Amino acid sequence: MSLLEIENLSLSIGDTPILRDVELFVAPGEVMGLVGESGSGKSITALTVMRLLPWSARATGRVVLDGIDILAASEDQMCALRGDDIGMVFQEPMTALNPVKTIGEQVAEGIRWHTKASRADAEDRARKMLDRVGLPSTKFPLSRYPHELSGGQRQRVVIAIACALKPKLLIADEPTTALDVVLQAQILDLLRDLVAENRMGLLLISHDLAVVTEMADRITILRHGEVMEAGDTARTLSEQLHPYTRQLAQASMHVPARARTHEVGQDTPLLQGAKPLLQVDSVTRDYPGRRPSLLKRAAPIRAVDDVSFSIDPGQSVALVGRSGCGKSTLARMILALDGPTSGTIRFRGEVITGKSEAELKPARRDMQVVFQDPYGSFDPRQKVEKLVAEPLHVLEKKPTNTERREMVAKVLHEVGLSPRDMDKYPHEFSGGQRQRLSIARAIITRPKLVVADEPVSALDVSIRAQILDLLAELNQKLGVAYLFITHDLTVARAITDQVMVMYDGRIVERGRTSEVLDHPQSEAAKALVAAAPDLHRAIARRLLEQG
Amino acid sequence: MTTYLLNRLAIAVITLVLASMVVFAVLEIIPGDPARLMLGMNANADQVELLRNQMGLNAPLALRYLHWAGGLLSLDFGRSYTYSVPVIDLVRERVVVSLPLALIALALSTIIAIPVGLFSAGRHGRAGDTIATGAAQLGVAVPNFWFALMLIYLFAVWLRLVPAGGFPGWSAGVWPALKSLVLPAIALALPQAAILARVTRSALIEVLNEDYIRTARAKGLPYRAVLWRHALRNAMIPVLTILGLQFAFLLAGTIIIENVFYLPGLGRLVFQAITQRDLIVVESVVMLLVAAVIAVNLLVDLSYAVVDPRLRSRQ
Repeated sequence: MSLLEIENLSLSIGDTPILRDVELFVAPGEVMGLVGESGSGKSITALTVMRLLPWSARATGRVVLDGIDILAASEDQMCALRGDDIGMVFQEPMTALNPVKTIGEQVAEGIRWHTKASRADAEDRARKMLDRVGLPSTKFPLSRYPHELSGGQRQRVVIAIACALKPKLLIADEPTTALDVVLQAQILDLLRDLVAENRMGLLLISHDLAVVTEMADRITILRHGEVMEAGDTARTLSEQLHPYTRQLAQASMHVPARARTHEVGQDTPLLQGAKPLLQVDSVTRDYPGRRPSLLKRAAPIRAVDDVSFSIDPGQSVALVGRSGCGKSTLARMILALDGPTSGTIRFRGEVITGKSEAELKPARRDMQVVFQDPYGSFDPRQKVEKLVAEPLHVLEKKPTNTERREMVAKVLHEVGLSPRDMDKYPHEFSGGQRQRLSIARAIITRPKLVVADEPVSALDVSIRAQILDLLAELNQKLGVAYLFITHDLTVARAITDQVMVMYDGRIVERGRTSEVLDHPQSEAAKALVAAAPDLHRAIARRLLEQG
Repeated sequence: MTTYLLNRLAIAVITLVLASMVVFAVLEIIPGDPARLMLGMNANADQVELLRNQMGLNAPLALRYLHWAGGLLSLDFGRSYTYSVPVIDLVRERVVVSLPLALIALALSTIIAIPVGLFSAGRHGRAGDTIATGAAQLGVAVPNFWFALMLIYLFAVWLRLVPAGGFPGWSAGVWPALKSLVLPAIALALPQAAILARVTRSALIEVLNEDYIRTARAKGLPYRAVLWRHALRNAMIPVLTILGLQFAFLLAGTIIIENVFYLPGLGRLVFQAITQRDLIVVESVVMLLVAAVIAVNLLVDLSYAVVDPRLRSRQ
């Protein structure tokens, strides 16, 4: 018998239909992967099981958990179920914990509420649970506050809250999307162990096919609120009978066609006369640390430690590393948004460190940036024409209005949008289109170098494939060099010639992308490669396990 | 935490010193010679000069400032020009009325506002919220002296529960004195409570959209428990800020209410001193109020740290 049975679940919010005839089963001790792109209704399905839907949501159909009809249950019954029989882990660990309560209080709260245990008993159980999720009492006493923990540690606390009462069903909604690959692997291992220990059912929601394949026994693929395909993970993904399954799998493994790749780099001698575009020489960046007391000087925190490398014109280089390793600090210094504590950065042969904004203007023209979040990087009250034309103020000669419109039209065409789009506002575009807009904004000045900070990590797989194609095409057509900052090795593999692995402020390994990713030498690179989910590998392993 | 505390304390002291300089400078700039003012229009120049020397008005500016500021520290504010009594005595008489009045009003306002805010936010967008928000809107719009008149009519004239005005003094006993402060405190508190309820409501509504509220709901806590245990404390920062501002206003901005109820409070003292150009009294009361406001702000800053552990560990 199934633990969770969802049949004919349809749901609408106001007049908008969100789910249609969704069917999904989770057996005790089973991991069910729920996969789909953004807006497919994955999270709403989870919230329906928790009955934590918005007021205006109306659900019909059958949702039964261990014999209890969820849709018909009273709010009191639901309160008794939540946290006791069903636990839930959310996507964003940084905001999922109450900032003014200690982790001990937050884990113990649910225990006290459901079991009526005394404070001491509840805290005792909370302590054991925190130990279990990998937060030992020596470093993580109950009196710690969430802001004293990192993202991965906070997610462990959220898991401790969700699993404190050994629920029958655990729902994990994108539990590792906000974490770097190494943390992701650790959290997934933890979830897997907890499921096995307690014979919990796990409903794992993810947009990442590789993660789900590694974890799930069975898989349900959702699109526009409808189930496309459901079944055994290995068989579903190896046979790929349903066209949408095939499309998703292919997009996940997509590698853009790149006619010529740039192989000049540190391991081959520079061609005669070819000067590096960007040269970073023993750059170090310190941040002031926290003062231990008023009278003692704080020891500085070294974010970037003696980094040197160069990028040739037209070269595509990935900078990979775990979160907090100094990637973004390094990128900010290359973009001259931040100055190094010591060392120099040369761009097109000229030193850009310690220059005034006016002196930097010519350099700014030739280097642009694409950010991760296509939602946050545009002023919502400005039209596309103005947004995309923004970098034009660094040009020596200000273009006239007609010239400007022509330039914007041309660049919109280049990124696969219509020139007519220039009179629209950002909210009229989808996430993928918005990322095209930020690429258009980056290339309108015809830069020689584009720094892209996780440019596709907020996008769905099919959109991600398209954006990677676009970036690859622009690299070929315009000869623009890329510095890709990413924690996603698939992206690095898809689009870069060279990869640099950063660890603890230093670049610990550099080489041809395929070489580094296939035969990593340094410990840091090995850890990254081992932790990175890989769909090919995962399917192969699943098939092997299941014969 | 210690760093935060010392930091705030240092800022408070610096603000106080700067404020005292501004107050002193303004009174220096304002035309009018206190000595001539005290002696009247008929005094001759020699007499005025003699008094100026006596009062130390001929000393260099910096010295006079230090003398004045030193006096403030030892609670010696000088003598009132019009009453010819030490300013501190005048102030003392009035503070024992104004301070309890402000505190009672503040307490009342908080007691009314927080539950209304919780009620409203818990029913965000539904009928109960609309009614509560409408009532708060009315409370903000209607001036406090109108409330005062209605309260006098209802409780003093009609029900005869409390006196309509005047203050018997604390020597007449605690209960009669308190009784005469009840109506003015309610009149003062109602508009403040309306503002505070609105701030509480909007702060709570913002907090209720946070992810950790969903986490708390997923633990199985009922909505009401989530509101009290998780949302309220996180919504306290803006509420405390407004409370601090309100206290400053209640201490000295109550002149209309003091007049309506014929209370001998600080507001009336300042008002009279201004009309009589009794600048030393104005100066002293202004400095006292500045000190009170700075002290309250310091308290508010410290209470932030109590509410939010993140502030405790930051510098």
